[in-house]
Amino acid sequence: MLRTRLIPVLLLQNGLLVRSESFSVHQVVGNPIHEAKRFNEWNVDELVYLDISRDGAYDLRRDDHKVKSVAEPMGILEEVSKSCFMPLTWGGRIRSVDDMRECFLHGADKVAINSGAFRTPELITAGAKAFGNQAIVVCVDVRQHADGRREVFIDGGREATGFDPVKWVGEAIERGAGEILLQSIDRDGTARGYDLELIKAVTAASSVPVVALGGVGRYEHYVEGIKAGADAVAAANIFHFKELSDRQGKRTMIKAGISVRL
Amino acid sequence: MPLKWTLFASTPAFSAKLAREKRHLTPVRKCHKANRMGTVVGLIDYGMGNLRSVQNALEKLGASVFIAREGGDLAKADRLVLPGVGAFGDAMANLHARGWVEPMAHFALSEQKPFIGICLGMQLLAERGTEYGEHRGLGWLPGAVLKLDRPGARIPHMGWNDVRAVNKSGLLRDLGDGASCYFVHSYAFVPSDPAIVSGLTDYAGKDFVSVVERGNLVGAQFHPEKSQKHGLAILQRFLEL
Repeated sequence: MLRTRLIPVLLLQNGLLVRSESFSVHQVVGNPIHEAKRFNEWNVDELVYLDISRDGAYDLRRDDHKVKSVAEPMGILEEVSKSCFMPLTWGGRIRSVDDMRECFLHGADKVAINSGAFRTPELITAGAKAFGNQAIVVCVDVRQHADGRREVFIDGGREATGFDPVKWVGEAIERGAGEILLQSIDRDGTARGYDLELIKAVTAASSVPVVALGGVGRYEHYVEGIKAGADAVAAANIFHFKELSDRQGKRTMIKAGISVRL
Repeated sequence: MPLKWTLFASTPAFSAKLAREKRHLTPVRKCHKANRMGTVVGLIDYGMGNLRSVQNALEKLGASVFIAREGGDLAKADRLVLPGVGAFGDAMANLHARGWVEPMAHFALSEQKPFIGICLGMQLLAERGTEYGEHRGLGWLPGAVLKLDRPGARIPHMGWNDVRAVNKSGLLRDLGDGASCYFVHSYAFVPSDPAIVSGLTDYAGKDFVSVVERGNLVGAQFHPEKSQKHGLAILQRFLEL
């Protein structure tokens, strides 16, 4: 039977791995290429790299790294893909089909688009047509307002769109998205658990797989995310601060009766 | 390397010898020893499919890999890989436009050299496909490619799912009770000859054929290059065909 996926997410900022909190605090946690090897050793299901850099200034010229320095995102992707014998998704500042093509040429299996998809939704369709729907992941970042209303934000959580998440996800799927990466900005880095209401609402309306992200602090949060309807669960910070989080996360899910791959 | 060693390395007796002597090694390490003999794999470039991942995986297993850009390149290869991501009709159109159909048929059907189709590549081996209309496939294996019929379940079938070996002495003989491999597809090959069914996978309560095998011709619906150690083990078996 189809197994539930547990997906580590790695955030890249100016060539270094960072952890984030509510999309604003960014603490450096490692070297992107070295970490890919670690995750491959851990036999994880998939890996997602999101390049959240703003100005494209990449510099890996620190000499405390044991791994070769790479000067820009596609170079990093190429090195990462050499150690990835599982699906690799690359996202961040992808604005055109040519940008997507570059990612695939450098070793990505799927591309994740966010602001690019919202500002020019035709990009989703063009990407799906050129590379197949299954290769196009639309990332949706959501904030919850004081009155309980949820809204989609783009540009790293800076720009409000006025869209309800369910509405935007529906449109993205219609335009050709093969998978949705649903992220809660409020929960990001807080370890309070996923935004379960958000997951329930979006998954009920989605005909493609939905991956939940944002808020995991304990392994039990994965179980909650799946029970709320997510097809796969993703997390970022927990993988940098805990040993064997992949194995233990899966064992916790198995105890709760969820079928995962060991 | 003396010729007799090259020939011996490709026999089942050699694999059995390795298995006896190096039973404790993981599949990947066994691979490097077996492939010291240097098999050359050609990857068909017809504009569709992630060649790089397949190349990475095969190189990790010790094979020498090159990207075949046109029919004439096939003479350099001992075995071929036909990758594929995208739509059936577009794929067949590309194969015809780039002159691949005849050279590949000569390699796989006349010369009977090892040939593996991955994902869409496996589907193209069929007689016909039904994605966005009826299209003729390569027709090397009998049957058609039909949309996965799973009411209530998500399409595409995306994620890790178990492959169970039906043919326990073929490519999947290392899988034991079955192993999780990475799938992403909305269509599946429905062979009309049960003898070529090598592996099955259950999606939403119903099986579809995940691996086909007929002598030198193999097809895998999942992505072995993206299926971690079990995927690499299957690719290794292909390198030993």
